[in-house]
Amino acid sequence: MTKIFLAGLAGIALFGNVALAQVNEKAPQGGSMTVTYKDDVATLDPAIGYDWQNWSMIKSLFDGLMGYEPGTTKLRNELSASNTISTDGTIHVFKMKNGIKFHNGREITAADVKYSIERVTNPKTQSPGAGFFGMIDGFDSWNAGKGSELSGVKVIDEKTVEIKLSRPDATFLHVMALNFASIVPKEAVDAAGEDFGRKPVGSGAFKLAEWTPGQRVVFEAFDEYHRTGVPKLENVTFEIGLEPMVALLRLQQGMADTLGDGIPPAQFMQVMNDPNQSKNVIEGGQLHTGYITMNTRMAPFDNVMVRKAVNMAINKDRIVRIINGRAVPANQPLPPTMPGYAKDYKGYPFDPEGAKIMLSDAGLANGFSTELFVYNTDPNPRIAQAIQQDLSAIGIKAEIRNLAQANVIAAGGEPDQAPMIWSGGMAWIADFPDPSNFYGPILGCAGAVQGGWNWSWYCNEKLDARAAEADSMTDPSKIAEREAAWRQIYVDIMDDAPWVPVFNEQRFTFRSDKIDGDGTLFVDPVHIPVNYDYIFSTQAK
Amino acid sequence: MLIAAIFAPWLMPHDPFEQSFDGLTLMGEPLPPSEEFPLGTDLLGRDLASRLILGARTSLVIGVLANGIAVVMGAFVGILSGYFGGWLGMILMRFTDLMMAFPALLLAIVLAAIFKPSLLIVALVIAMVNWVQMARVIYTEARSLAEQEFIQVQKAIGSGPSRILFRHFLPHLLSSIIVFGTLGISTTVLLEATLSFLGVGVQPPTPSWGNIIFENQTYFNTAPWLVFFPGSAILLLALAFNLVGDALRDILDPTLKGHH
Amino acid sequence: MRNYVLRRLLQSALILLGISLVTFILLYLIPADPARQIAGRSATAKTVANIRAQLGLDDPVMIQYFRYLGGLVQGDMGRSYLQRAEVSVLIAGRLPASLLLMVSAIVTELILGLTIGIIAALNRNKLADQTLMVFSFVSISAPQFVIGILLLYFFSIQFQLLPIGGYGTFAHLILPSLTLGLLGAGWYSRMMRSSMIDVLHQDFIRTARAKGIAKRQVITGHVIPNAILPIIAMVGIDIGLFMSGIVVVESVFGWPGIGQLAWQAIQRIDIPVIMGVTIVSAIAIVLGNLLADLIVPWIDPRIKIK
Repeated sequence: MTKIFLAGLAGIALFGNVALAQVNEKAPQGGSMTVTYKDDVATLDPAIGYDWQNWSMIKSLFDGLMGYEPGTTKLRNELSASNTISTDGTIHVFKMKNGIKFHNGREITAADVKYSIERVTNPKTQSPGAGFFGMIDGFDSWNAGKGSELSGVKVIDEKTVEIKLSRPDATFLHVMALNFASIVPKEAVDAAGEDFGRKPVGSGAFKLAEWTPGQRVVFEAFDEYHRTGVPKLENVTFEIGLEPMVALLRLQQGMADTLGDGIPPAQFMQVMNDPNQSKNVIEGGQLHTGYITMNTRMAPFDNVMVRKAVNMAINKDRIVRIINGRAVPANQPLPPTMPGYAKDYKGYPFDPEGAKIMLSDAGLANGFSTELFVYNTDPNPRIAQAIQQDLSAIGIKAEIRNLAQANVIAAGGEPDQAPMIWSGGMAWIADFPDPSNFYGPILGCAGAVQGGWNWSWYCNEKLDARAAEADSMTDPSKIAEREAAWRQIYVDIMDDAPWVPVFNEQRFTFRSDKIDGDGTLFVDPVHIPVNYDYIFSTQAK
Repeated sequence: MLIAAIFAPWLMPHDPFEQSFDGLTLMGEPLPPSEEFPLGTDLLGRDLASRLILGARTSLVIGVLANGIAVVMGAFVGILSGYFGGWLGMILMRFTDLMMAFPALLLAIVLAAIFKPSLLIVALVIAMVNWVQMARVIYTEARSLAEQEFIQVQKAIGSGPSRILFRHFLPHLLSSIIVFGTLGISTTVLLEATLSFLGVGVQPPTPSWGNIIFENQTYFNTAPWLVFFPGSAILLLALAFNLVGDALRDILDPTLKGHH
Repeated sequence: MRNYVLRRLLQSALILLGISLVTFILLYLIPADPARQIAGRSATAKTVANIRAQLGLDDPVMIQYFRYLGGLVQGDMGRSYLQRAEVSVLIAGRLPASLLLMVSAIVTELILGLTIGIIAALNRNKLADQTLMVFSFVSISAPQFVIGILLLYFFSIQFQLLPIGGYGTFAHLILPSLTLGLLGAGWYSRMMRSSMIDVLHQDFIRTARAKGIAKRQVITGHVIPNAILPIIAMVGIDIGLFMSGIVVVESVFGWPGIGQLAWQAIQRIDIPVIMGVTIVSAIAIVLGNLLADLIVPWIDPRIKIK
């Protein structure tokens, strides 16, 4: 018999060093806020949307079985009332809350959960998130277009769902908190067809009220939302198509409340030097690392000495200075706010002289010529030029290839095209706050394939095996052990030096006086730029 | 400016590629003009004056050479199709329509992905894009000119096409050609920056006036020197060529003779 | 006349066919796999292969092209890879704003450009001429981004006269038209000035003046109509430039035109959108030039349509 035990959610939280946001229960409801964006909203379909603009918009329109405490990376039950895991870690049972309604008024049942997960993993949906569900039993055949259902997801009764995994996976509950696992009503999807992304119906705190392409998207509060007193705001308006600099002008003139694209680099110091403005800027960490990849299959980067020399040649402090201190220097793949970050790891020192010696030990005393690919939007070409100067100091002549994003990604996905890539603008930002998320696609063997995202083409099978082992530790008592296993994996990766980790970006959210809330809501790690559900208007009564 | 371009290495006060430690404030802001950096520094702490002097090379090649080729080509096609008309004119003009509707930026992206970036490719793309507009305008004027009495008279007395075209046609079209040639300098120098941005043109850290403006335009209210000086350089280049062009026209234009 | 127009329209159809083919092949040559873009960064190779098959991306390029063409003649431009919305809907939603801005900017540049050009020509080499010449060159050499933001600072923030970007009312239209119009005005004014100077020195004008016709009448009745020919050709060209090249002005003023759509699509190689925008702007360019060719004989009766 499989012994089932109740995994109290506080126990599963994979790390405990997060303070809960002080959600102000007494904050008044009502009022509105305006968010500016330069680019059009691509889609609001939770199975499709996968950029930083629509990610948090979708979070406010939809809910999944799992979610996060506001302002933190701590998991909580969202549409589920409780969940259990079998001791072998392969069977998850979710009990759903009663009386939760979709925006169209219908109550959510377990069948909607099965439908939604089958939809996102159905090859016809072409969801960029399908791969996250690979651990569910029956995924391979269903995702290949075979069979009539995803066999691992079972409806037990009206309000109970059982999900069977083909292997224990400690990240599964995080996957169930991704937008891709949002619950959608079948009738609305069928009615809208491929345009569901323009006519979204979910169960989130807000519902879509207006969408005028190229101009604005308006959300209004969902009166029957399952958490009482949420959302605080009556409306959220997204203004689309504005140059970040003009968006800043609008905010300064009281016509916008926060900047979706952040404070433009050119005006950053101006804002920070003005105490009246800088008091409204909230700084926070981000689950992001900016790195340089070195293609380990292209000479001379196939030599670990060369990769180490490059690691020692880069002046990270200067690069951080060039971007006005909007980041902190990094020495390992994981960002500091990620569980598994190795606090005591020292990394490679900035030591150009040592780097030169190491290069000559590698038989390249006269240096060599190479290419550095970079995405063409500011500040990336500038950072690339700083890297270029650092490399030339140790005799490496790197020519910059400044290209559109799609071109860089395509070159990185070929085994012999891009010797070096600066990841800025395309860099990995974690999908969920778990150390495994920085490994598979970007450092593991699975990503080192044509068209993959492992641009350094680094493949260490021993580490792959250790990663799989770490992810099978689903027992809540093994959290610390799992974290330590991951920590050691990343430290060992740095011995092979496929990357130069350069910095971890900081977030700076600029808000107007008209909106307020706990500071963590403005740098919420899963809602960018802000957590729309809990922020309140100072104008509301 | 020509002098600046040729003698750049001796005129530059600093190494245009050196990202000087003193070239930025501690918070990473560029420095305004000073004794040390006469035109200030850029966002990487490099001396702007030196970069402008070196950038003159790229910008002259683009603004004068590529633009010049475009103008000559455009004038040639425009005159031929306007004068001869008929099938030849029709085919040439439909070809210009085709080229005008052609997505040049896309071509740039394809070239960027296939070839190593070079100034030559940019110059070719610019020449290819720009001749078309010139051709349209000259065609319209040439069509009118071809019907005018003095040309008809020349045809009637049996003057050969080359004589008519060079002696009578070209001089009358010269003013439009000059306007295009001089104004085109500014627009092509800026177009070069867009193309370089997409990866076909000169790549950082090589400076050009266009890419200095392009990289820094959002800083124009916090670091105005980064836009003002390269902008002025482009303006001066265009104005200088305009003066040369005006003088040239006064010398060559038959209708103006005797009026001075 | 009718034959001419019909023939031109037929030729235009051929041009559009040519443009669509060349663009399609160029897009095919770009080494960026659309299926990869759709599948996202965590996709398995199998998922990508699946998407490729569904979109028919494994077929030879010519088969893909004819399939696209087949859809196109039925009004189906496909769906955006990134937005998953129908391209025809995306374009139709933005076309009115583009057309409005185009017409308004052309009117602006004609008014400004012709006025400046005429004044400069009549005051040739005097102070007024030289001042206006510098103005024209500045308006062409200054980056539009900078001009746009400066106009915003003055009119919208200092004097609070106009909205800070947006779309909807006449007030929203003024600054974008002005920013675009200033550039065009620079071109038109220089063109008009030099064309006027040429005409002023031609024999028939001197004859008219000698006959004792008032200077004012000569200028409005003879000089301007004769000098305006190259300007008309330029308006035809401008229609094309405005359809595709106004990304900067659109984003500074938050104007929902197709320039933004095109730029985003080009940056991320969203093939159906790029194709759609290219075809729509090619139609505008071809029609614009046809219109210019039809107007010219009407202004200059010496030119006959053959």
